[in-house]
Amino acid sequence: MLLIWNRPGFVEGLSEEDRNAIFGGVDEIMKELTESGELVGGQALADPSQTRTVRLVGDRTEVTDGPFMESKEQFAGYLTVDCESPERAAEIAARWPDVRMGFGVLEVRPLMDDAGTEM
Amino acid sequence: MTGPGPTVEDLLRTLAPQVLGLLVRRHGQFDACEDAVQEALLAAATQWPADGVPEHPRSWLVTVATRRLTDAWRSERARRDREVAVAVREPAYAGVAPPPDEEPPAGDDTLRLLFLCCHPALNRPAQVALTLRAVGGLTTAQIARAYLVPEATMSQRIRRAKQRIEAAGARFAMPSPAERDERLRAVVQVLYLVFNEGYTASSGPDLRRAELTGEAIRLARELHRLLPDDGEVAGLLALMLLTDAHRAARTGPDGELVPLAEQDRGRWNRTEIEEGTALVTEALTWSPPGPYQLQAAIAAVHAEAPSAAETDWRQITALYRLLARVAPNPMVTLNQAAAVAMADGPRAGLALLAPLDDDERTAGHHRLYAVRAHLLELAGELAAAREAYLAAARATTSLPEQRYLEVRAARLADRR
Repeated sequence: MLLIWNRPGFVEGLSEEDRNAIFGGVDEIMKELTESGELVGGQALADPSQTRTVRLVGDRTEVTDGPFMESKEQFAGYLTVDCESPERAAEIAARWPDVRMGFGVLEVRPLMDDAGTEM
Repeated sequence: MTGPGPTVEDLLRTLAPQVLGLLVRRHGQFDACEDAVQEALLAAATQWPADGVPEHPRSWLVTVATRRLTDAWRSERARRDREVAVAVREPAYAGVAPPPDEEPPAGDDTLRLLFLCCHPALNRPAQVALTLRAVGGLTTAQIARAYLVPEATMSQRIRRAKQRIEAAGARFAMPSPAERDERLRAVVQVLYLVFNEGYTASSGPDLRRAELTGEAIRLARELHRLLPDDGEVAGLLALMLLTDAHRAARTGPDGELVPLAEQDRGRWNRTEIEEGTALVTEALTWSPPGPYQLQAAIAAVHAEAPSAAETDWRQITALYRLLARVAPNPMVTLNQAAAVAMADGPRAGLALLAPLDDDERTAGHHRLYAVRAHLLELAGELAAAREAYLAAARATTSLPEQRYLEVRAARLADRR
């Protein structure tokens, strides 16, 4: 799974040209991954201001509004790909506009499987 | 929705490659014929359980598929007029056995199809998908479900595979003898891959992939029937049967993996063991021992032991030595080390593992950590064993394996 981390709202500060470049870049990779059959799924997340954070405080759970992390980059969405190697997944991540244009990072994590061999 | 009964489904699976083979031989255009056959299979799967199986099911499928094919051609009328004329002029099957001079045995078509689907122009996932669809008669939706990807993804993969085959100019013919050996190796690997995909998944909460095991065994059986003189094909079928025989014993009540040594051997499937053992024993008498036969032979030795302790480890290490020579591979060394540890003690096994740390195929692999952990435990080095179990648990991407490895590590912590 490719986890997309970027600075919320960064798109608003961009020129129209840069914005189009980003969206165009996303469309291009998505089209390519769909055609190669590597795309399994993905979803963008709403702005962190729409977030609720639930945690245990003392003996009861507490729900708080808003962004839950100090870091500037927030979890913005994910992409699941089915590809031949971790290297290929990293290659896809490297082409993602957030990475290429320096607005964010992508984290590449393998998914856990429900299967296993008898050891 | 109720699916077709097992008999209708079995019948369709058997007929699928025959019908497709016949159409491709008659009209060429693998891509278009394959689509037409899929549609005919779907029609049969919905109609036959309700209306009963027609008297000549194969002709029924040929007729419907041919009609779909001509419909498809008609829709591009201008360019395709001539082909339509030819296809329509061709009599749809009258229902009786085909004239002997026109039709080679259906089995030959199945073999040609297997070779075509495992064409070297395709990568493995594409070969697997196409084989399951064209030869196995599975629908795209079924294959997608088995491989846990969206149907659109699988459909795209199959579409591209067919286009690549057309682009590579592949013909529906038997490859030359030299090419045939090469292609047969790919077919055997594809079937084993399908089997493993189903077998490793059968422990998880998602049992759907277990269908793949059955399909792989069915196709291996068919391949063995077509090529009875190939020792490795016999070995493949034997290996699948001997592995599948563990099915009921390899998971515990909570779905956790039970290692071979701790399995209740009373729950192993004796019928499969007997068939697999007989197959590989017989094949080894006349065929040079290849990797599938040797792995099957190892599984057969395990199968005849009343318990893990009473296993003939000498014979197993000898077979592994042979396997390491015939098909050198770090994963073979890994299994060999585990067997050597049982025959000659854990130190001898650990020594065999040492070089695997420098092999990029095994360095950092959870199996290497897991085997080392097991051997360290046998050697009484409990702290090091625990570390290795935990390293293995971190490296695996399998949930049941991770749980198993964490339990082993926790048990060692209790013993200290």
